[in-house]
Amino acid sequence: MGRQETFYELIRRQGISRRNFLKFCSLSAASLGLAPHFAGTIAHAMETKPRVPVIWLHGLECTCCTESFIRSAHPLAKDVILSMVSLDYDDTIMAAAGHQAEQAIEDIMRDYKGQYILAVEGNPPLGNDGTFCIPGGRPFVEKLKEVAADAAAVIAWGSCASWGCVQAAKPNPTTAVPIHKVITDKPIIKVPGCPPIAEVMTGVITFYVTFGQLPALDRQGRPLMFYGQRVHDKCYRRGHFDAGQFSEKFDDFGARAGYCLYKVGCRGPTTYNACSTTRWNEGVSFPIGSGHGCLGCSEPDFWDNGPFYERLETFPQFGAEMSADRIGATAAAIVGVGIAAHAGITALRQARVKPNTPVAADERVV
Amino acid sequence: MSKMYHPSTPLPSRVREGHFGEAILPPAGVQPGPVYVYDAAIRLWHWVTFLAIIVLCVTGYFIGSPLPSVGGEAHEHYLFGWIRFTHFAAGMILGVAFVLRLYRVLVGGKHARQIFWIPFWSLGWWKEIFEEVRWYLIIGKPKEYVGHNPLAHFAMFFMFVLPMLVLLFTGFALYAEGAGVHTGWYTWFGWVFSVLGDSMTVRTWHHAAMWVVILFSMVHMYMAIREDMTHRQTTISAMISGWRFYR
Repeated sequence: MGRQETFYELIRRQGISRRNFLKFCSLSAASLGLAPHFAGTIAHAMETKPRVPVIWLHGLECTCCTESFIRSAHPLAKDVILSMVSLDYDDTIMAAAGHQAEQAIEDIMRDYKGQYILAVEGNPPLGNDGTFCIPGGRPFVEKLKEVAADAAAVIAWGSCASWGCVQAAKPNPTTAVPIHKVITDKPIIKVPGCPPIAEVMTGVITFYVTFGQLPALDRQGRPLMFYGQRVHDKCYRRGHFDAGQFSEKFDDFGARAGYCLYKVGCRGPTTYNACSTTRWNEGVSFPIGSGHGCLGCSEPDFWDNGPFYERLETFPQFGAEMSADRIGATAAAIVGVGIAAHAGITALRQARVKPNTPVAADERVV
Repeated sequence: MSKMYHPSTPLPSRVREGHFGEAILPPAGVQPGPVYVYDAAIRLWHWVTFLAIIVLCVTGYFIGSPLPSVGGEAHEHYLFGWIRFTHFAAGMILGVAFVLRLYRVLVGGKHARQIFWIPFWSLGWWKEIFEEVRWYLIIGKPKEYVGHNPLAHFAMFFMFVLPMLVLLFTGFALYAEGAGVHTGWYTWFGWVFSVLGDSMTVRTWHHAAMWVVILFSMVHMYMAIREDMTHRQTTISAMISGWRFYR
């Protein structure tokens, strides 16, 4: 394979004007939250850097990440896939199939050793020797390790690859694990969400293509520019939260008046994501905007931290689903009864002791 | 002591301390003298913590289970904001008091150190606990201690000091979450989320530890009152004046 052409060369060949190219760079800079002069940096990168080859693997997943990705508006997914990166392998949306597809992945791994990005959607199940997920005739976990070995960087798309998501929820019958459990020697950027926001996905790729490095990550490996704040921090219902106005049920006055959904289980205060700023479907809305609390889909173990419509998570091992507060209050009641009984017995016992009895020698324990 | 003595009564004799803090009292007929147990810093910490815990439990409950909605426009109210502010302020006071208390652990002598350390490997200490359990089951005899009795010592370490550390660390971590990931708060306490997994779990630990402290406080207050009434030593006033009197 020859030199990868640059993004700029490619779009000029497609007949796009330089003016439109610069517009695209400005929009990309804005969507990444960069200062205006970074539009020039992006333009320079697009003109000079070869397109980055990307291998997009699918493990145990539902393809919601891909569904989200193809709906990106700023930048358009088509620009990212066809122009900014060279998406050479993606089982779901590539034209090739079967042996041709497998040939493609081998070519990329050979020709761009140490240069390509591995994007992983879904995760590997380790149970039963990994046989719960068999793409191309062998366990996914083997393919994942092999492709990761020569990757420059790894992107974990969605909550499956980042945390495990639904297939890793209790009792996790296939022993599905997030990809950082099997890829331990590469930088992994986590883009969690079920699915992640389209503009966040394309934004992460744009950043990498532009600056040739991963964006600043938080302690858990998520890009701070999109996961640096909670949904709660920028929620447009935050005023109702601070005022003390909550909907108690989904059909009460508060729900109609657009009050805070905290009491019906909204996970906004515990969820790091850009939903309340970027929103979904070209900025049309997001769950809270549609009157439903956040489920916390970009947080680890969100399936196990339920119920979704209660403020506190419950402990299923206590039989009836009990929250920490109910268990605590029950224990306090039992202790209260115990104290009362003990006090009663003590009082009866004391009543038998005559008052003003001098301290007898044998009563002193020395 | 304010008590008047008959000239023939021997002068109060000093109370000595045994290996596990048990009071070695003078023989019958000799008045045991008081012992200064809790210094001013510990007493101040005790009552500041007492007040802070009450404020924190009440406001914390309303943060987890908010009051019914207030009427009118959102901009006219800041009820939930004030409840959270009160909780944070009380939490800061509790935290500062706890740090000062830790300083007393280093320099305040053995009574300041007692509840922060347990003689886990000492068989004799466990036997003393067993004796104390017998007394509370009203089948044994009471024993006087200068500091905390071994059972109280055990409970204070496992049901107060440890849950208190959980509460402070998870509490500051949750505060850091509100302050933002770019703040020093998050730099100092953000690791709590890595240790416990996620933000919801940190909240659950915060609630659970609070209930342990509530259960402890119930028993602690009952026992303090009960011992003051049934033992031949002062318990409640010792945490006010610092002096333990024997009678």
